[in-house]
Amino acid sequence: MDEPQIYARLTEIFHDVFDEDSIELTPELSAKDVDGWDSLAHIRLILTVEKAFKIKFSTSEIGKLENVGDLVKLIEARA
Amino acid sequence: MNALYSELQWLPRAPEELPQRLKALGNSAGTLGRELQALASYAQDLNQLTRLAKAIEKARVGGKSLDPLVPFRLAVLSNSTIDLIVPALVATAARHGVALEVIQPSYDQVAQEALTPDSKVNSSKPDAVLLALDYRALPLKLTLGDRAASSATVQGVLGYLQALRNGIKANSKAVCIFQNFAPPVESLFGSLDRALPGTLRSLIDAINSQLAEFVLGSGDVLLDVAGLAETVGLADWHNTQLWNMAKFSFSDELIPLYADHIGRTIAAIRGKSKKALILDLDNTVWGGVIGDDGLEGIQIAQGDARGEAHLAVQRLALDLRQRGIVLAVSSKNTDEVARKPFEKHPEMLLKLEHIAVFQANWNDKATNIQAIAEELSLGLDAMVLLDDNPVERGLVRKLLPQVAVPELPEEPAWYARTLAAAGYFEAIAFAAEDMKRADFYQDNAKRVSLQKQVGGVDAYLASLDMTITFQPFDATGRARIVQLINKSNQYNLTTRRYTDPEVTEAENDPEVFTLQVRLADIFGDNGMISVVICRPGEAGVWEIDTWLMSCRVLGRKVEQMVLREILDHARAKGIRKLAGTYRPTDRNKLVVDHYARLGFTKVREDGSGLTRWELAVEGADPESAPMKVVSQGFAEAKEKPIA
Repeated sequence: MDEPQIYARLTEIFHDVFDEDSIELTPELSAKDVDGWDSLAHIRLILTVEKAFKIKFSTSEIGKLENVGDLVKLIEARA
Repeated sequence: MNALYSELQWLPRAPEELPQRLKALGNSAGTLGRELQALASYAQDLNQLTRLAKAIEKARVGGKSLDPLVPFRLAVLSNSTIDLIVPALVATAARHGVALEVIQPSYDQVAQEALTPDSKVNSSKPDAVLLALDYRALPLKLTLGDRAASSATVQGVLGYLQALRNGIKANSKAVCIFQNFAPPVESLFGSLDRALPGTLRSLIDAINSQLAEFVLGSGDVLLDVAGLAETVGLADWHNTQLWNMAKFSFSDELIPLYADHIGRTIAAIRGKSKKALILDLDNTVWGGVIGDDGLEGIQIAQGDARGEAHLAVQRLALDLRQRGIVLAVSSKNTDEVARKPFEKHPEMLLKLEHIAVFQANWNDKATNIQAIAEELSLGLDAMVLLDDNPVERGLVRKLLPQVAVPELPEEPAWYARTLAAAGYFEAIAFAAEDMKRADFYQDNAKRVSLQKQVGGVDAYLASLDMTITFQPFDATGRARIVQLINKSNQYNLTTRRYTDPEVTEAENDPEVFTLQVRLADIFGDNGMISVVICRPGEAGVWEIDTWLMSCRVLGRKVEQMVLREILDHARAKGIRKLAGTYRPTDRNKLVVDHYARLGFTKVREDGSGLTRWELAVEGADPESAPMKVVSQGFAEAKEKPIA
């Protein structure tokens, strides 16, 4: 999967998880930028991403994610 | 994961336009509560349930009425993270007719909330308190082989739970819903863990066993999470990574299933569990179609793989009846034909005396189920329909949304399990009177006459996107044509049996008009469902030698569309008149008025009941049904139909 494809699929996932169709993804986007992106929504996001891309992240990988860019790199490496 | 459970496969799949319907809530003529229940009736994942819960909260906060959903306030005490579970509980409760409000205290404050009189939980005066404890909350020490110490540990846990209960009871009238404990996946010794006192496995077994005893008859309720975990598999239930990260007691993928079990439990507390099971007959309670296959042909024998699957459905129905669930039958069949297996088949477990109301006729099932509900003095929301046919399931869901209609897989071996998995008949108590409830209905297989028709059947049929395909006989269809000619008994006007060579002869004779008819709809392709043979009679007349149809497509106006096709070709060939015969047999009473309904005139009737009918081709204009017509493979183009 190439980067634009990942961003496209990830955008759908963000809209789904946060119930907000206006979210636009940039590499720097992080929890502070999105309403409702607390630690539990974060877990729901990670779980949805894992199922959508059919991949599993390790606990330490999840712990190191700072922003969308990091997440995309992780997906690229796995998917 | 076993998809039956993790995807709640007895529920219909969520339609594509679900998000739009969610946004449009409150804009339709129906009540908000009913709309929410309809939306909740689809299988949904955690994200979808969370969105639905948001819509419910918005309505509640906006002071909107959620009637007819019944309000219920549930407080949840847990030592694990339940934040993601709570919205799933709210959304799923709507499926069970409940407008749920959840009181969620701060994380891991179980004892404080239960024991402090003015705690958030106690002040909220909940209807029920769910004690959703994980085994990791319990003071469980390994006391390997030490029976006395193990017993003390178990008593200690029970004592702790009782103290929580006492605290709650002292401060509100709440029912306590005690969750038991799903043991860890890992064992220490292996098999010995089960038997040896003081292993985690045997400690938890003992705790669960004593908790069940303690709850039974106490007025409180048990939520058998251990059983649920066992059913889906402990290894799928527990997700250690999620416990480590966020203290999730079980896998997020099972939240929708867990929420459904809580929904059922609350519905049971409120008396809203289902009370009656309505059974379809053909391919549900036996394999095959009684009208076509006869007593010898239906499959319910022990030792026959297909038969065993249907016997399992019968066995489950009988067991349900024993615990007080009323049984009824709704079948598209002639009444006497449908009753025969109950009366005469040696392998039938279900007998007529087990059935309270027995509706076998050719009317739509919605009208029949309405009549069954009235006869039993039960609401439509107390009924469950078990039916292998997706068209019938869709009809009843559309016209009688309060009736529970489980989706069934293709393979009958899973029918009984799917019905059981759906948990429609969840009960929190059992008394001797329950066993007698079925008898109260006197199980006299009563036949109820139908008064008013339920509306909307035509609109439902139009929504099926049907395509009817007409072709003359050909080599490809021959085997199936021969099969239909030889096995159709009910919808068969003349019951003429032809061999393969005879069918081939008709196929190749330019004077003989033949039709093989196929029907497809949104649920799939029904394959070939009708066969017609017209032979030349007197000059300008076609004799309808053979007209048969699969009963599966009755009620969809297929006969009218077939007549239209015959007429188109007759006109093109200069035929003036169609002549038809009804030759009565002991199986085809169903079609005694087939020609009358199609506008033919009766010209003769003899002593045996044989009737002769005629229709002038000119001016004949049978009713058209909302289906796409494909006519192909004919040698000459037929005349354009008169508009």
